Amino acid sequence: MSDLETTPLTALHRALGAKMVPFAGYEMPVQFPAGVLKEHLHTRAAAGLFDVSHMGQVIVRSGESHESAAAAMEALLPVDVLDLPEGRQRYGVFTNETGGILDDLMLANRGDHLFLVVNAARRDHDIAHLRAGLPRCRIEEIKHRALLALQGPKAEAVLAGLVPGVASMRFMDVGVFRSDHGELWISRSGYTGEDGYEISVGAGEAETLARALLAHEDVAPVGLGARDSLRLEAGLCLYGHDIDQTTTPIEAALGWAIQKVRRRGGTREGGFPGAAVILDQLENGAERQRVGLRPEGRAPMREGTTLFKTDGAGDPVGRVTSGAFGPTIGAPMSMGYVPAALADPGTRIHGDVRGKRMPVTVANLPFTAANFKR
Amino acid sequence: MKFTEEHEWLRNDGDDVIVVGITEHASEQLGDVVFVELPEIGTQVTKGDEIVVIESVKAASDILAPIDGEIVEVNEALIDDPAKVNSDPLGDAWFFKIKSADLSQMDDYMDEDAYQSFIG
Repeated sequence: MSDLETTPLTALHRALGAKMVPFAGYEMPVQFPAGVLKEHLHTRAAAGLFDVSHMGQVIVRSGESHESAAAAMEALLPVDVLDLPEGRQRYGVFTNETGGILDDLMLANRGDHLFLVVNAARRDHDIAHLRAGLPRCRIEEIKHRALLALQGPKAEAVLAGLVPGVASMRFMDVGVFRSDHGELWISRSGYTGEDGYEISVGAGEAETLARALLAHEDVAPVGLGARDSLRLEAGLCLYGHDIDQTTTPIEAALGWAIQKVRRRGGTREGGFPGAAVILDQLENGAERQRVGLRPEGRAPMREGTTLFKTDGAGDPVGRVTSGAFGPTIGAPMSMGYVPAALADPGTRIHGDVRGKRMPVTVANLPFTAANFKR
Repeated sequence: MKFTEEHEWLRNDGDDVIVVGITEHASEQLGDVVFVELPEIGTQVTKGDEIVVIESVKAASDILAPIDGEIVEVNEALIDDPAKVNSDPLGDAWFFKIKSADLSQMDDYMDEDAYQSFIG
């Protein structure tokens, strides 16, 4: 795996016995000796520590004012950036001219600049996209910081032991904290459906911080395998699978991420790529929709499974975009796209599993209730 | 006990009946097993047929029939408790028993020493 990039925690992962795999150009831990199932359940019961250093950390700064950077950013995504208060973060998507999704990201107002966390596989694309779209802003890729996620009901107690200020943060708050491990950029967020934090730390301090967190009896290291089953149980999209350039935010059931001021009748209506398509779908509905799917029985319906209206003949009506076994729900779970007429929870359709039409029921997302500290 | 390159173990229980499971090495590679689909009792199988589906948290994989014969028993307990495949792959978590008129096909497979060096 010599041509792969490493993170500041790669040596620690190896020391902990992780199984390493290539992911988005990085050598990343897919699981530790405990295994995916136990790592998943531990995160929901206590706290899991994830290395997400492969994700892109980007600072967007205007030479003029913060408002001008925020206003410029609104031309790239259907999100209210101008009214995002300092110290707060919000989820958003970059869109293209046909309303498709170029990437999904987290975006924080840090006073004099915006701080973005983007997907590893889309980092280079996103930076080029920002530079082209925001010619009057300085786009700085943060290369010498690791990103850790501490997730689960014990995350607050554990992290507050090292950084007392984090206990009073609410879901989607961001802040800068001094610590024994240097300056930490912390958000109260994550991608597991659990309460928790994402912590940006200097590359040189990342391992001692990770070791300090892991020294707590409630914290276990968790790999990408469990990160995937946790986010799927939480109903969260994985870029390149559940969302991509061919899916709009409305088809993807991400309309909640488009604030009122950017919708029809809002004071800053439209003005982002694909606005005509997206705002029309927001008002009139899309032809297809991302839904949760609960297969009957125990066999998972994995990504790529073709969906049919009935167990008889007929053309496919959709496709599974993510599918796995949900350790917390103790059952298989999937997400996929179906026509609007089949998108109501409770609708029974079928998926082709190894040549057999297996029944599957459209279900509400998330599969497990979110546990955020709002 | 004999071993295949597909990481199955085969144990001769007498009366031309072979018990088949997967090795510890295979169960570790698979990760946590969450679903097992077994063949019907009475099925006539040919060596190489895909007759068991195992789904782990990572992926789906198959177990192939190691010899020609008839499925005479399957381990129904695995359907309700697939995790047995991880906790006791060489014992409780056998998958099926196959009755064969021609046990000479067993000679193609490795003994334990050969298997251990095969997995390195």
